[in-house]
Amino acid sequence: MELVNIFIKSAFIENLILSYFLGMCSFLAVSKSVKTAFGLGLAVIFVLGITMPINWLIDHYLLGEGGLLGRDLTFLRLILFIAVIAAMVQLVEMVVEKVSPPLYNSLGIFLPLITVNCAILGGSLFMVAREYTFGEALSFGLGGGFGWFLAIVALAAIREKMRYSQVPAPLRGLGMAFILTGLMGIAFMSLLGIDPAAFAAK
Amino acid sequence: MAETLVKEQKVAQVPKVSEPIFGQKERKLLLDPLTDNNPITVQVLGVCSALAVTSLVAPSVVMAIAVTAVTALSSLVTSMVRNYIPKSVRMIAQLVIVAVLVTIVELVLKAYNFTIYKQLSVYIGLIITNCIVMGRLEAFAMANKPWRSFIDGIGNGLGYGAILIVVGIIRELLGKGTLVGVPIIGASNEQVSYFINTAAESGFGSFFSWYANNNLMVLPTAAMFIVAIMIWIQRSRSPKLIDIS
Repeated sequence: MELVNIFIKSAFIENLILSYFLGMCSFLAVSKSVKTAFGLGLAVIFVLGITMPINWLIDHYLLGEGGLLGRDLTFLRLILFIAVIAAMVQLVEMVVEKVSPPLYNSLGIFLPLITVNCAILGGSLFMVAREYTFGEALSFGLGGGFGWFLAIVALAAIREKMRYSQVPAPLRGLGMAFILTGLMGIAFMSLLGIDPAAFAAK
Repeated sequence: MAETLVKEQKVAQVPKVSEPIFGQKERKLLLDPLTDNNPITVQVLGVCSALAVTSLVAPSVVMAIAVTAVTALSSLVTSMVRNYIPKSVRMIAQLVIVAVLVTIVELVLKAYNFTIYKQLSVYIGLIITNCIVMGRLEAFAMANKPWRSFIDGIGNGLGYGAILIVVGIIRELLGKGTLVGVPIIGASNEQVSYFINTAAESGFGSFFSWYANNNLMVLPTAAMFIVAIMIWIQRSRSPKLIDIS
């Protein structure tokens, strides 16, 4: 039950984009059409769901004082995390290419981009800051990825419709995307009222 | 006679390739990101961590300094080793350089200002994936000499910092009625109401007391609206930036 809570909380209430602004760069750049946004969103769910548990294992069994090396190596955390993410993205890319070429073709360009997506590294750092357990980390990864996916697809859909409306010229494109994201953030905030008791604990 | 002299002078000047250390080009590199090539409002880089830390002025300033330092130094280092990085692993090589610098920044901040370190939480670590850093490395430092890359890094860091600090000032002033913790407007603060009462007697400044803190400004979404308005203003002033698509 706790895991479901974390999933819902990270997908809707503490949405990585709309309340922490993680992954804004690709969020704004790739949200021009629903199709590409869909692909990138899927890739993010995938990579977040994989890197989060791996980084958890590294943090607990390699870097911690009770880990394999017996030393406090937490200052290496950033370097190791980013290396794991870069390596995992590369690996995922190779595996997907081998196993499912159609999926690879639809994700293709976006997979390498994910390495520098703040949402991935940010998710791992949040996981450390909030002291999640292994299961919670996995659930947080999948939930966060799902929330990111929802947000980017929603924004892309709105931006596609926006093309037919008369926006003041200086606001066209980027400016409007910012305003839309802000409005969506407020809308997602209203989800805070789903069940206060369930989320009051943390 | 005079012509040959001129010719000689020209010939003498051509082989002299050493440019001034801080000439026109460097100036442009430094100042362009502040206006027409701003990393946030024009290049759309580094928005990720930019908006979440700006609810108060102090963390925004620290973040601006940290990002400027990391961008400048990583551009410098990358540019120095750019000829030794194989193309296939350049991403990882750049990430390692940036990660080392960010770790240094994080440890320094943890040692000297723990409160701000806590406030910035994960966003300091996220400078690694800040698109400004990687963007400048890819677009500039991999193809230019160290000194110029360094200037470019500083320029972009400052352009980013300027937006951050302006957003921070607006949000803190309207959201909490303070600036860097010092109360400025709003009737809820004793000092301010004292100031306003005394000022009102002299017939000046009474228009501040009605102000009630705007809670929207404290929320992260407010940053989006403020940046959107900044983009609007900037693009109306220089129409060449307008998005055609």
